[in-house]
Amino acid sequence: MTESSDRPLPGLLGLGQPGTMTENVIEVRDLRKTYGSFTAVDGISFEIRRGETFALLGPNGAGKSTTIEILEGYRHRTSGDLRVLGVDPQRGGLDWKARLGIVLQSSGEAGNVTVRELLTEFAGYYPRPRDVDEVVASVGLEEKQRTRVGKLSGGQQRRLDVALGIIGRPELLFLDEPTTGFDPEARRQFWGLINTLKAEGTSILLTTHYLDEAAQLGDRAAVIAGGQIAAIGRVDEIGGPDARTPVVRWTDSDGTAHEQRTDAPGAVVANLFRAAGEPRGLEVVRPTLEDIYLTLIRERSAAEAAHGSEAPASESSDARGSTRTADVVAAISEEL
Amino acid sequence: MNATTMTPATTHFGVPRTLRLGFRRIGFELRQYFRAGDQVFFTFLFPTLMFLVFATIFTGDIGEGPDAVSMATYYLPGLIAGGILLSGVQGPALEIAAEKSDGTLKRLGGTPVSPVTYFIGKLGQVFVTAILQIALLIVVAVVVYGVVLPTDAAAWARFAWIFVLGLVTCTLLGIALSSVPRTGKSASAVVIPIVLLIQFISGVYIAFAMLPEWLQNAAGMLPVKWIAQGMRSVFLPDSFKAAEVSGSWDLGLIALVLIGWLAVGLVISRLTFRWIHRNG
Repeated sequence: MTESSDRPLPGLLGLGQPGTMTENVIEVRDLRKTYGSFTAVDGISFEIRRGETFALLGPNGAGKSTTIEILEGYRHRTSGDLRVLGVDPQRGGLDWKARLGIVLQSSGEAGNVTVRELLTEFAGYYPRPRDVDEVVASVGLEEKQRTRVGKLSGGQQRRLDVALGIIGRPELLFLDEPTTGFDPEARRQFWGLINTLKAEGTSILLTTHYLDEAAQLGDRAAVIAGGQIAAIGRVDEIGGPDARTPVVRWTDSDGTAHEQRTDAPGAVVANLFRAAGEPRGLEVVRPTLEDIYLTLIRERSAAEAAHGSEAPASESSDARGSTRTADVVAAISEEL
Repeated sequence: MNATTMTPATTHFGVPRTLRLGFRRIGFELRQYFRAGDQVFFTFLFPTLMFLVFATIFTGDIGEGPDAVSMATYYLPGLIAGGILLSGVQGPALEIAAEKSDGTLKRLGGTPVSPVTYFIGKLGQVFVTAILQIALLIVVAVVVYGVVLPTDAAAWARFAWIFVLGLVTCTLLGIALSSVPRTGKSASAVVIPIVLLIQFISGVYIAFAMLPEWLQNAAGMLPVKWIAQGMRSVFLPDSFKAAEVSGSWDLGLIALVLIGWLAVGLVISRLTFRWIHRNG
């Protein structure tokens, strides 16, 4: 890592000049992170454009949090090239951090200051903070702003985490599983908040296990499995057109269930009706992001199983012998 | 989220901002400190409680002729030194280990705040609480046990520099010690025995001269022995210096030892402090 930190990566950028709306806020090229013999991140590359919301998806232990913590500057990479807001995170100074908002996967704070006191304190760290009242309202904690942090419920504490992440008016917001513990209403409210931030031009890197959330908020997404990118693309295109082929399901008069993948579900249904009248249990299903995601992960596990233990380590590596397992456990617990 | 007029930000992230935020953080730290009831009890009141115990158990006078003083007077300087150690070492070491463990430091590390800002907050909190703690101890000594305080300005000037130098040194050593416990839960098991042991071998509870020579030599390398000796020079008659190991107060040596430990604490804190437990 000898290159200067403010130079765009050669051959990767090319989308526009810094300061324009097409500038990349994150550029990752061939990122690797190993812990001993365990490879947590195995050569991933992607970029996030200014104003974009990018969802990083994948099973637990796939390398999402490691990747995001390297981008935030908490961990050092083993190899690869990185630019976050044009800066190598390992060299990011206070001026760089002032442009970021970070919502970590785990919350946590000594619990004896109030919501309002903590937000006011953090607001003071940033050059152009948001108004504390507005932030409190935007995460729905108006009723709790005089409550000590330790007395909040899990979901309320998570909303405070989000509030602390946005108080500094970040250009780039990292959200690592932000809605864990939210009730459905709080989740909807959170989506509204994110859409407001997007409308203001905030770039967002999101990890989540809720695929409906990724579909709702994300412009583009990448699926990470075993430390590698299994698929990347626009949220409504990821996985390719085949993965999105609608499925018609029905039950015939013998009680046998049928399923047909087709690009013309209307024609299939019309034929069914002409042939045998109203079909029982008729459904036309378009695969959701969740269906596509699960298919990708299954395909990958199957491919890994077929290739034996050559594939990069993932959660399944604990079946590959105890020395490897120890490394995985060490790396995962360190990640926690 | 209003779109307030965005003046082009020309914030300077230099030393003045680091200091300003640090001084601001002192208030935040103090608020947290005094709201943690158990901590206030154990760290803040501990020297006063120990003083009450010792001054109640050991009565009578110590010393010869007109220079004789009550046992309560004799114990006061040692317990002041103990209070400086507790406030400086135990308080920050436990707090920082806990804040590292519960994610407070990780979150701070993601904000545009320098570790120096954080340290100033801790140091300021330690100073305010130590001043209150020792003021309480002295008030109890005077009101309950009739301890007579020195009246000459030179003694109080000596008190001031030994207090300030001792407390800064202890706080830096506390910050350095905070990186030893591997988890917040194990921190008190690591820190409290060390602090207690140091108090016993440094003449806080037991007269230093009663220790075997090898232990005197070992403890003589630690800062607390010297803080206690300096405090004895403030609160005890001058003739008591005969009871010190070298037969004098050795004020110059006290300053040297404390400055040496201050440098050690500064270097170790600077080298070992991390916002998070990191492995590369």
